[in-house]
Amino acid sequence: MIPLQHFLFISAALFSLGLFAIITRKNAIQILMGIELMINASILNIVAFGKYDKIDNTGQVFGLFIIVLAAAAVAVALVIIMNLYKRVKTIDPNQTNLLKG
Amino acid sequence: MNIETIIFYFLAFIALASGAFVVLSQHLVRSVFMFFVTLFAVAGLYVFALADFVALTQVVIYVGGVLVLLLFAFLLSSKQSLEGMEKIPSGLLSAHRLPAAIISLAFLFLLCFVFFQIDFENLSWITSAKAKENVILVTDNTIRNIGINLMSKYLLPLEMVSILLLMVLVGAAHIARREPNL
Repeated sequence: MIPLQHFLFISAALFSLGLFAIITRKNAIQILMGIELMINASILNIVAFGKYDKIDNTGQVFGLFIIVLAAAAVAVALVIIMNLYKRVKTIDPNQTNLLKG
Repeated sequence: MNIETIIFYFLAFIALASGAFVVLSQHLVRSVFMFFVTLFAVAGLYVFALADFVALTQVVIYVGGVLVLLLFAFLLSSKQSLEGMEKIPSGLLSAHRLPAAIISLAFLFLLCFVFFQIDFENLSWITSAKAKENVILVTDNTIRNIGINLMSKYLLPLEMVSILLLMVLVGAAHIARREPNL
């Protein structure tokens, strides 16, 4: 069997990659992809621990819930990005300063 | 070193390498398509964590739904974003990327430090699960158990997720509609 720690190291590396994407990217779609990468890393973590819960399946069931919630969040975020592009003609979060006081 | 560990580390390498490409590539289309590879490799890692149903759901929902949505959003705003991409200086450690690299490497170091400190095989709940034979084996069929649990023990979270999905459907359609006097 693969030891539990190796899953955790891989998910930590994926999470750091997502964090790097969120900080450096200048495009809202790519920031969203960074968030998806972080969500995938956390699902890997929760599923790896879910191996020790055969009767209740808590890890796997909540992994499914996280996937569904991430899909819903992506749908809403893409609609918001499209609306933003229609209004200000850019999807760079640094240039959208309409709400700045 | 049997075939299982070789495939596992191969999948892990593919996931990390394609994830790094997604993060570092200057070309938006290439990074979106490389994200396919990352999601498939992470689904393979779920299979190695003995969660085959979660892996299938990942393939169906992420690869089938989320990435198609991302591609659509990219196609609807492509020209502007492609022009904006050209101005970003490349290189991993250029001036505006260095702080981000430091922050994410520090976070990775922190997480790995914590994982090295903890002895996971001797945690109390894991040892009690092992003592009660509450561990998923490779030969087990977990999908039937997941279905029964979803309809009995986790019925309230399931209903809350379904109501949230309905709200997302209505809300997304409401935000996306064309406004008459914009």
